[in-house]
Amino acid sequence: MKSSVIVFPGSNCDRDIAVALEKMQFKNQMVWHKETNLPKSDLIVIPGGFSYGDYLRSGAIAGKSKIIGEVIKAANSGCLVLGICNGFQILTETGLLKGTLLRNRDLKFINKDIHIKVINNKTNFSLKYKKNQVLKMNIAHNEGNYFTNPKHLEELEKNNLIAFKYCDEKGNINNQSNPNGAINNIAGIYNSKKNILGMMPHPERMVDKIISNTDGVNLFSSLLN
Amino acid sequence: MKFSVTVTLKKDVLDPQGKVVQDTLSNIGFNSLKSIRQGKFFEIEINETDQSKAEKKVNEICEKLLVNLIIENFKINKI
Repeated sequence: MKSSVIVFPGSNCDRDIAVALEKMQFKNQMVWHKETNLPKSDLIVIPGGFSYGDYLRSGAIAGKSKIIGEVIKAANSGCLVLGICNGFQILTETGLLKGTLLRNRDLKFINKDIHIKVINNKTNFSLKYKKNQVLKMNIAHNEGNYFTNPKHLEELEKNNLIAFKYCDEKGNINNQSNPNGAINNIAGIYNSKKNILGMMPHPERMVDKIISNTDGVNLFSSLLN
Repeated sequence: MKFSVTVTLKKDVLDPQGKVVQDTLSNIGFNSLKSIRQGKFFEIEINETDQSKAEKKVNEICEKLLVNLIIENFKINKI
């Protein structure tokens, strides 16, 4: 399986995702944002970081970069796209995913391990997980407070387009287990065709027992399936 | 031709920064404060002599990049 990781000035999780992909046997290449050709890929990853220093709004400038036109074309023709953290913010800025990410409810940058629940386990990104499985993952963001209009929120809930929701260790989804104020505790969403996933938690940081845990492994092995 | 653009959060969108500024002002004695919303301000100079054409261009600039229409409103003024 071929993957491409898009690199912007200010991306800082590009190496982590590349290591995770290679560990999972993806044939990966890094693609600089100024490229106008995207190598043929089964999976495109937009990594975390602070592309363009979060100028204007996080993800706004990267969302208009040269390579993004190619990413949009590939996404529309069914290529799998994964946006993590700043990658999720960039995907909302391109319009590939609806809604937006506001500043965290408490105005603080949050870097900690939290729990999320697998809401939909029937997609290319999640089929190796169990439904309602609780995963421990790391988040590290200042703008992770997902927000969308009521009509789209209803569409997300009704059409099973919510990938993950923040929860506590036992799987309870409530205000206490919501780290950043995201609407309905949303931590990750799909587009209507479910070939694009945007999520704030970092699965690429959870692929090795020595440094964290292996709760992110099944996301990548689902993609390989 | 020069324009100013003011970008503000929509009414229903929580503005935590504005809220903190408001709370701080209350703490230092500004008791009559009703509300504060924080926004962004841009000054744009454009090579165009026809005002309606220029305004149209600035509008396009706002919609394409400066403003996130999901959560923000904007106002254009000639200066």
